[in-house]
Amino acid sequence: MSPKLPPQPHVQHSTTAVADGQSHAHPAPPKGILRWLLTTNHKEIGSLYLIFSLTMFFVGGIFALVVRAELFQPGLQLVQPEFFNQMTTMHGLIMVFAAVMPAFTGLANWMIPLQIGAPDMALPRLNNFSFWLLPVAFTLLLSTLLMPGGGPNFGWTFYAPLSTNYAPPSTTFFILSLHLAGISSILGAINIIATILNMRAPGMRLMDMPLFVWTWLITAFLLIAVMPVLAAVITMMLMDINFGTSFFNAAGGGDPVLFQHLFWTFGHPEVYIMILPAFGIVSAIIPTFARKPLFGYASMVYATAAIAFLSFLVWAHHMFVVGMPLVAELFFMYTTMLIAVPTGVKVFNWVTTLFRGSISFESPMLFALAFVVLFTIGGFSGLMLAIAPADFQYHDTYFVVAHFHYVLVPGAIFAIMAGVYYWLPKWTGHYPNERLAQWHFWFSIIGVNLTFFPMHFAGLAGMPRRIPDYALQFADFNLLSSIGAFFFGASQLLFVLGIILCVRGGKKAPAKAWEGAEDLEWTVPCPAPLHTFETPPVFHRTSH
Amino acid sequence: MSSGSYYVPASSRWPVLGSVALGAMMAGIGIKLVYDTGLPLVLIGVLGIVAVMGLWFRDVISESRGGLYDAQMDRSFRWGMGWFIFSEVMFFAAFFGALFYVRMFTLPWLGGEGAKGVSALLWPDFVATWPLLNPPDASIAGPQQVFSPWQLPLVNTLILITSSITLTVAHEALKVGYRRTCRNWLTGTVLLGCCFIMIQGIEYYEAYAHYGITLEAGIFGATFFILTGFHGLHVIIGTIILATMLVRIVKGHFADENHFGFEASCWYWHFVDVVWVGLFIFVYVL
Repeated sequence: MSPKLPPQPHVQHSTTAVADGQSHAHPAPPKGILRWLLTTNHKEIGSLYLIFSLTMFFVGGIFALVVRAELFQPGLQLVQPEFFNQMTTMHGLIMVFAAVMPAFTGLANWMIPLQIGAPDMALPRLNNFSFWLLPVAFTLLLSTLLMPGGGPNFGWTFYAPLSTNYAPPSTTFFILSLHLAGISSILGAINIIATILNMRAPGMRLMDMPLFVWTWLITAFLLIAVMPVLAAVITMMLMDINFGTSFFNAAGGGDPVLFQHLFWTFGHPEVYIMILPAFGIVSAIIPTFARKPLFGYASMVYATAAIAFLSFLVWAHHMFVVGMPLVAELFFMYTTMLIAVPTGVKVFNWVTTLFRGSISFESPMLFALAFVVLFTIGGFSGLMLAIAPADFQYHDTYFVVAHFHYVLVPGAIFAIMAGVYYWLPKWTGHYPNERLAQWHFWFSIIGVNLTFFPMHFAGLAGMPRRIPDYALQFADFNLLSSIGAFFFGASQLLFVLGIILCVRGGKKAPAKAWEGAEDLEWTVPCPAPLHTFETPPVFHRTSH
Repeated sequence: MSSGSYYVPASSRWPVLGSVALGAMMAGIGIKLVYDTGLPLVLIGVLGIVAVMGLWFRDVISESRGGLYDAQMDRSFRWGMGWFIFSEVMFFAAFFGALFYVRMFTLPWLGGEGAKGVSALLWPDFVATWPLLNPPDASIAGPQQVFSPWQLPLVNTLILITSSITLTVAHEALKVGYRRTCRNWLTGTVLLGCCFIMIQGIEYYEAYAHYGITLEAGIFGATFFILTGFHGLHVIIGTIILATMLVRIVKGHFADENHFGFEASCWYWHFVDVVWVGLFIFVYVL
């Protein structure tokens, strides 16, 4: 049986995108800052998302460095425990809701219309609204640090009753800011789903779409399904704090464990929201630089859908020690392990795509390959955590911290960086400085592993997370982690430098910036003109 | 699929103003709740949101009536509204889930059932019942009694189901161009919505005045008010939407074949109706 080839777009251009841009009358955009405030253009909004995300990446990163500085050696040196708790909490909240999620939404804004041959997002004004809610939301969230009693200090999972009965007064502002961020996510996801389902070029079927579009379609579904659950649970918190209800208070017949169930009903799909688009980016980059079509396109799509489906059935693996009935422990243990199957399908497909490819190692490819290896390490530690009896030992230790940082930093963040280096030519018209990008890559990969690998050992030896002090036997691991963290943080300045240099100039990129790149976005010039595909391209697939 | 005539709006000032207004409202609510001041900021925010929505929809309506939208744009609106309603479904699903979890697990476990029952340690005298009139801890007073589903709640159920029917008649009339008929049935629907809201208001008054059902009355009060409260809010919003549609009918908007604004309002109203049926069964009857 001959292998089934994934779709290869062949586009007939009677007119190029540039010519289209001239054939339609567009009013001149407003000048200066107003242009960015009022824009309805998916490329400009995509850039706004990405710049916002990068800014917040550094804000959240500085919070992390405060944590690592305090943990550099045992004892309390730099900050009070109260402030330490605010830093761990804000680091998590900012990185999840203000760095990773907006970065993926920014990439979706830029690339999905280009990859499906659409003139813009389906609902451009709503798109602008979704973005501008974010600066408002996170200004409100960050302002809580300056309020009496300090900011949120209960961990990014804000478990009740810590976040209701024992929380600072600013918790109400935290809830309201999270509402704003949630509205932004839901509206953004509705826009993306409508764009993908309704705006594809004539001839492009669902199974012709690039994997990044597919993973975002499924991610958008997850967002619409679970962000309202987050909204509901924080509303119940708001009621418990301000109106005397008993949702999470057993004295009134409620239940703190109910909070955890509701939170993780949101929270577990949320972690896939932060990784599925990364799968899509990697599935675009590896075929390009292996100069081979993606192996197992259809199985990639089905695996993504399977992961999304299973994500609704695994939430309580975060709660193995909370005191659930045995049958629930077993159910959630087995469903969690089941997720390894579709994830394994993906990893094997990437590896098989590389097999006998003519591979070159440009910076996007380096980040993508590091993603495959290091994300898999994070996946394996996840599998260890999934074993309920073993989790009794690992729970709330640095092993968990190591696990989710492996899937989020060299997972989600590396995929975002890979995507940025991959698509920068399309955005700016210039190649990023490859030497600088390679330095960034090698510093990052050393920094990431130096930071997070020792955490596995510290955690297995019993070091609890979210505590500003620790026993002496953990000192060496923590010293390494802290050195690694500052090294990693500093090396991200190379990333910013590379982006700024790339925007200002550099080697000019042709429309098809990478030799092996096949998707529709490489048929429009670099940089992509403000308006593209106003006359939809006709999409032809090669016969399977 | 694209036809090439998709309308991409020029830059607009409403989205960013809307986000600022929404942010002002949220900040105002926070300041009100935490520092007991800042009501003007809430009002500014709410008025800003209302104004922005009005102006934004005015743009959309004039673009639509100006013939700028094609069939593909219509599908974008349909997908958008459909997925928005799905997000609302999930919002209510979380509250229903909380109710089911409390009734199925929390209260029996508090009552000592199962291997992990804890009440023997904390509240040995607690007896799990539903509706929960006696919360575990004596410091929290439960409701004295709960509503009979076969009085006001049943009336409200009939009102909402009737309103879904009258709305469908209005929609069918619009489709065949009987605009006066449409206007009359739509007027009836709006009035039924208002009746529902009034009766719900009476019920809330009764709850506080005579039944002891309050927000503070343990988990029964909490789940009762969060479910009926958010539903009531949606009925109010739905009634405002339908009233807007009524104004537009009177002004001669909508074509027989192309009137998605009207149709989306119908979807929303039917969704609110379905949620109420769930509420009636699980909050009042069972």
